[in-house]
Amino acid sequence: MPEPEEHWDLEIKPTGSLFDLKLKDVWHYRDLLLLLVRRDFVSFYKQTMLGPIWFFVQPIITILVYTLVFSNLAGIKTDGIPGPVFYLAGTIMWNYFSECLTKTSTVFKDNAGMLGKVYFPRLIMPLSIIFSNLIRFGVQLILFIVLLAYYILAGKPIVPNVYLLLLPFLIILIAALGLGLGMIVSAVTTKYRDVSFVVSFGVPLLMYTTTVIYPLSEVVKKYSHYSWLIKFNPLTSIIETFRYGFLGKGSFSWELLLYTSAFTIIVLLIGIVVFNKVEKTFVDTV
Amino acid sequence: MAKVIKVENLSKAYQLGDFGTGTLSRDLERYWARLRGKEDPFLKIGETNDRTTLGTTDIVWSLKDINFEVKQGEALGIIGRNGAGKSTLLKVLSRVTSPTTGSVKVKGRIASLLEVGTGFHPELSGRENIYLNGAILGMRKAEIKRKFDEIVAFAGVERYIDTPVKRYSSGMYVRLAFAVAAHLESEILIVDEVLAVGDAEFQKKCLGKMGDISKGEGRTVLFVSHNMGAIKKLCGTGIFLNNGLISMAGDIDTIIDKYLHAETELKAIYHIPLPENRDEQIGYAYRLVIEDDQGNILPEIPVGRLWRIKVLFTLKKDIKHFIIALGITTDLDVNVRTCWSNARDMAAGSYEATFFENDLLLSSGSYNLVLGLSSYETTFQYLENVAKLNISDVPDINIDRSILRFKNAGLLLNPMTVQVSGIK
Repeated sequence: MPEPEEHWDLEIKPTGSLFDLKLKDVWHYRDLLLLLVRRDFVSFYKQTMLGPIWFFVQPIITILVYTLVFSNLAGIKTDGIPGPVFYLAGTIMWNYFSECLTKTSTVFKDNAGMLGKVYFPRLIMPLSIIFSNLIRFGVQLILFIVLLAYYILAGKPIVPNVYLLLLPFLIILIAALGLGLGMIVSAVTTKYRDVSFVVSFGVPLLMYTTTVIYPLSEVVKKYSHYSWLIKFNPLTSIIETFRYGFLGKGSFSWELLLYTSAFTIIVLLIGIVVFNKVEKTFVDTV
Repeated sequence: MAKVIKVENLSKAYQLGDFGTGTLSRDLERYWARLRGKEDPFLKIGETNDRTTLGTTDIVWSLKDINFEVKQGEALGIIGRNGAGKSTLLKVLSRVTSPTTGSVKVKGRIASLLEVGTGFHPELSGRENIYLNGAILGMRKAEIKRKFDEIVAFAGVERYIDTPVKRYSSGMYVRLAFAVAAHLESEILIVDEVLAVGDAEFQKKCLGKMGDISKGEGRTVLFVSHNMGAIKKLCGTGIFLNNGLISMAGDIDTIIDKYLHAETELKAIYHIPLPENRDEQIGYAYRLVIEDDQGNILPEIPVGRLWRIKVLFTLKKDIKHFIIALGITTDLDVNVRTCWSNARDMAAGSYEATFFENDLLLSSGSYNLVLGLSSYETTFQYLENVAKLNISDVPDINIDRSILRFKNAGLLLNPMTVQVSGIK
């Protein structure tokens, strides 16, 4: 008599499918995701006197310095928008992206101890980074809206328009882009640490290749031949759309936004493939 | 009973040495071979994992063609020397890393405790860490909430529950961490050597809990430890790994026996290595002989027969109050007895000391001998595991068989006078 086919809940094999994200597993571990986000948030200000206020301090100081150096000292135009609110708009978007990218890119290395001892869907780790930075982004967004309201009440020529409804989409784009690029870098760094050095000094420099401290209109005016370089940075259209929606000034184009979306999807897919390939054995090489 | 784990042809290769320059070119070479559908050139040349001999390649097989099955409710002990592949096996089973070839099939949820306190965040309180750690191990929040009080009570840290765990003593830390893992509701629990920390009372509690899990609740436990006592107590079956291969599988007592005797042949005459600085040494032993009570030199004493041990030693100086001592411990490190000679003033020279066992009948098994040479003031030589005393389970023909009736009756077989009488 042949043995009846047995049912197994789980089969551990050398290789799995490249696009299988194990979303069912991720869903099962959703409480872990929440707790990790909470851990990041709470441990950030544990044993500090100012507590969560620290979330505001960093962007405030940053925009003060930017206003002083780039606007006042270097005289870079800001599309007629008051410096602080112009810079804050660019900074909070850029910060969200760069935090997602740099944190995700070292996720395996930073958590090697934990990941080497217990199994849970590896995707949880980068996802928790995306979400805990989303909270910081939210806090900074509140700061931005307060500042915006102040300037509007003070009678500055700022006219928010309907395009600000694109914000959720912009956030998804930024998160996906940071996640995708981060996963690619993280996969490579498990074996080749060199790449993490490139990221650590490259990302701050990358900020100057997009419209954080200057408006796109200035680039087009001064270097019209090379402005495509800035436009083809996928972050440019995200930041410009954000400014356009909230501040009423800036360059908005559906074409560029579409380009960014396509770019993001490709990066994310590549990220998923390499992440899936590496997550199974990175413990041996990290 | 139904099978819950089935391991088939499982192998895992590791690359030794450093990753660095040259890693990229080698990776490209491997990738190129795979593209053409050829066998990975670096796995082909892999060799068995013997940590002590220098190999010719830097690929080793930590596990090679492992096959075994575990039934539901079974407590399986995994034993082997350091580097035998125990932890690698557990890592593959708990999905921390993938096998190189082969597969593992599992029924039900696996929870693994390869380390205590994985993911504990030092800044967070005990309460927050229970939730975090529980979630890392795969518990849902509601599940943790339901068991929260039980976990805290088991760990015995009620008072510190809202203090950051960085202020905990290491014992408290381990208690809390084990408590979380022990309350997992998974069908299969994998536990690596984690009980080495924590005090004796807690270790006992942990073992008890693991016993409850496997015997009481019918869940499956896989347990790795170097503590043979713990393994023996908890597990019914076992596998003995050696250099990445299963050397033996089956009943736990047989496995432990095999493991403990893997490298020792039975000997009756031991040449004790001379101390290196023997010119400065006041005295040292150089030979130990095991005989039965008739003076036959025997590597194994039949159970029930009395024996004696002769120790030959040299004294370089005249010594006041000289004492020679012999200790006997079991394989599980239980001290059985220690015997001393009477203190005596001795002149320099060579001597023979004989320890006569005239009364006690030890049960069959292997015992470690400890030897000490000393005077009232100093100990000149102290040798642990200097020799093995083997009591065979083949009984002496003259013995009263009634004392051998029970297996595992205890260390001592001597009969006791037992009187039973009615009460008026």
